[in-house]
Amino acid sequence: METEAKTVELNLCGLSLGDYKGSPSTLCPGCGHNAVSAQVQNAVWELGLPPERFVKISGIGCSSKSPNYFLNRSFGFNGLHGRMPTLATGACFADSSIHILGFSGDGDTASIGMGHFKHVIRRNVPMTYIIENNGCYGLTKGQFSATSDQGLVLKHQGVNMLPPLDMCMEALISGANFVARAYSGDAKQLKELIKAAISQKGIAIIDVISPCVTFNNKDDALQSYTWGRDNEAPLHDFKHFSRREDMDLSDFEPGSYREIKMQDGTYMILRKIDKDYDPTNHSAALDLLTESYKNKYFATGLIYFSEAAATIQELYDLPEEPLNRISSDRLRPTQTMLAEINRSLY
Amino acid sequence: MIEASEKTYEGDGPIVNEFCITICTVNGSGSATANNILYRTLFHMGIPTSGKNIFPSNIKGLPTWFVIRASEKGHTGRQLHDDIVVAMNQVTFEKDMQYLARGGVVFYADNLTMPERPREDLVYYPMPIKNLIKGTDVPRKLQAFMENMLFVGIVGQVLGIPLEALNSTIFSHFSSKPAVAESNFSMVKTGYDYAADHLEKKDRFYVKGLAPLSDYILTDGNNAGGLGSLFGGLEFCSWYPITPATSLVEAMIDQVDQLRLDPVTGKKTCVILQVEDELAAMGAAVGAGWGGLRSMTATSGPGISLMTENIGLAYFTETPVVIWDVQRVGPSTGLPTRTAQGDLSMLYYLGHGDTSHVILIPGTVTECFEFGWRSLDLAERFQTPIFVLTDLDLGMNQWVTKKFVYPDKPIDRGRIIWEKDLDQFIDWGRFKDIEGDGIPYRTVMGNQSPKAAYFTRGTGHNEYGYYSEDPENWSKMLLRIEKKLKGAVPLLPAPVFRRSKSEDVEIGIIGMGSTDDALRETQDKLAELGIPVDYMRVRALPTSPAVREFIASHTRNYVLELNRDGQLCEILSLEISEYSQKLISISDIGGLPMTAEWAVESIINQERKVGKRGN
Repeated sequence: METEAKTVELNLCGLSLGDYKGSPSTLCPGCGHNAVSAQVQNAVWELGLPPERFVKISGIGCSSKSPNYFLNRSFGFNGLHGRMPTLATGACFADSSIHILGFSGDGDTASIGMGHFKHVIRRNVPMTYIIENNGCYGLTKGQFSATSDQGLVLKHQGVNMLPPLDMCMEALISGANFVARAYSGDAKQLKELIKAAISQKGIAIIDVISPCVTFNNKDDALQSYTWGRDNEAPLHDFKHFSRREDMDLSDFEPGSYREIKMQDGTYMILRKIDKDYDPTNHSAALDLLTESYKNKYFATGLIYFSEAAATIQELYDLPEEPLNRISSDRLRPTQTMLAEINRSLY
Repeated sequence: MIEASEKTYEGDGPIVNEFCITICTVNGSGSATANNILYRTLFHMGIPTSGKNIFPSNIKGLPTWFVIRASEKGHTGRQLHDDIVVAMNQVTFEKDMQYLARGGVVFYADNLTMPERPREDLVYYPMPIKNLIKGTDVPRKLQAFMENMLFVGIVGQVLGIPLEALNSTIFSHFSSKPAVAESNFSMVKTGYDYAADHLEKKDRFYVKGLAPLSDYILTDGNNAGGLGSLFGGLEFCSWYPITPATSLVEAMIDQVDQLRLDPVTGKKTCVILQVEDELAAMGAAVGAGWGGLRSMTATSGPGISLMTENIGLAYFTETPVVIWDVQRVGPSTGLPTRTAQGDLSMLYYLGHGDTSHVILIPGTVTECFEFGWRSLDLAERFQTPIFVLTDLDLGMNQWVTKKFVYPDKPIDRGRIIWEKDLDQFIDWGRFKDIEGDGIPYRTVMGNQSPKAAYFTRGTGHNEYGYYSEDPENWSKMLLRIEKKLKGAVPLLPAPVFRRSKSEDVEIGIIGMGSTDDALRETQDKLAELGIPVDYMRVRALPTSPAVREFIASHTRNYVLELNRDGQLCEILSLEISEYSQKLISISDIGGLPMTAEWAVESIINQERKVGKRGN
């Protein structure tokens, strides 16, 4: 039998996609979150950044288990329910060259961790914050979450009487400069949004509608595969390029797309699909989300983008060298300083 | 316990350098500076002195008291009765005088209305505050503040404090603002001159200068703890405001920019970040500790309650972090501006499941500084949360304390390993006990070696950090952590002993933290009564063999503490169970610092019960 010698494709830093893999998933087969894991792996590989330049931080729940299933060569911290943003806040000061990938779910973020979600945005902790949103609690076997649709019926729970929260809306009014919604069934768009989110200065929020095949996947449920497939309405064709020379715009007619240069020098390309949508217009974004909620309109893509203000790291005048590598002798004030303190307290 | 008004002074001569002054004012009236000037002047005159602020949970309007105790003998704990009252608050005037011993002294603003039947055994000095201030050029809006400087002058003159001593304290207090110093001093002098011209000395109390206390400073435990942390190489502190811990972090905010600029780049090497709640404060501190920063937070009991889950996470993920608990009175909101030692048991076993922690318990302000830097070393050495337990009395009150001592050893980062170190290991695992002492080697984020990363999880994990539900593995992990922490005991601050001059002492007294002054005085007073006792101050948990030996070597050990249930006594009884019958709990609640009078009486009552003593 003849075997063809396989050539392994390497990225800019000389690594194969396999170098970005994680442990085998223990989530349910078909779980939307597995698709997200795969796209994170693809996105980071395509960006050509070594896995050691990332850390993965998560809360508790199915979503928060998922960082185990990609980027094994990145440090990970699967912490407490709802508290992922707080771990990220502390960790971001350790080494500002490391990008934080935060993973959370709708229970983790929209309920128990809502306060931290809003404050981590307010602080502008530089990180990619992915909410794997399936509209229910999976790991505790199918309770309503704060993003469950009103009227949703779940076994053992009855009818959900309360209206859902829209996490993109929450992000937007908290002051996030990068807000996107994706659908885990739309791998191509999801991957591009993750690349752009990683390139964003400061915090980038992606609310990924990611179906729970076990507890919330009835055809008419807003977070189901069927609903997503039949109703997803991308706002634009979205691509992200690290370098201008990589831009392959062969399927894009000249004049049909908009180019946005990001603060790290990378590019987002947005091609109009049917309606004009300007993601740099804050009130248009609010209107879009209000309409989407009212009309059950499943808009995906980059909902809002603006250049970010200073990150929390930048607000402190820290050395360029990672703080966690500063040698101990540089951390202790001198004997003279202590003598002066003693003198002043006499 | 005898009423203050029943208490009398011995003899009829002058009483020199042994008295307690309580200054009774209205919260927010700006008396703090005046109180401190009087207090610091006594300190500068070489007299051991303490100053305690007894204040309400209020910004303005409620009564507040500042208690100065001067004692040449060095007895500077709280005292049950007053010797001198400075009355500036009508609302509490009558009651304030009830705390005076017979022959006590009242300085009172003469616009206050005297009670119908004032005590006849007291010495009264009226202070015409309003009239005196009218005769000065103090702007109207500053008059309320300046009134307080008048009583400093009057009281100072009557007690025999030299005017130059007050002058020198004022000019050093306002060293950067000579004009302010000048106007404050002129008020003090106005009061001083008035007293010299109009008040005849009728009481027995005198101040006489002693040799300067040149090895001492005057400051509070929160300032010391904050400074100690900055000298300990702290790199990250996340926090949320709560009385009485707030001023610890504020002390760092005040001084971090002077103390913690990197000598190489001139940039900052310490981040202090106020966050949305204590859940976030602890979460961020754990995140930073995990990321390889020397990390801490500071809070009080209610904050600990919110931090608990994250502290359990840090314990089980073996993340270094320091938590200061400056105790107030609980449960619930309790008495937020009063002091207690009621969090000890909570901290020791904090968290669900099998947890136990290392607690450092400073008893002096200087120790707050020392434990500030030591706690960060211990946290990284043992990769675990380390508690530093103080209280409002130690944290927020001003104490005469030994000068801060520069750390006697370099910063200890524990077993952090970087890229090159990893090559030395054949089979490294984040939770592997390579050295046999239970302490693993740890890598942190940013380490670029492909072998460095691991997945940290609060769930069961094996030596390599991989998920595991295996029963054998679980018990192995938990027992290793226990072993690791047992190994910390020899490195923890040893108990401090103050032995009786007598031999074959039967009775031991045991305390911790801020009650040190009161317990030293208790020991002296008992000795005067013919009851020799040895005193041990516990400075850390888990207990050390030295604590066990002390308990074993006494027939009865009284454990005196500021909580209802005798928490230290309970812990000692559990850890040193073979001698638990030798331990007797004496505990005090009420929210005020311990007094020697109460301790002596309580011990004597107990001794009567055991039939050993009777008087």
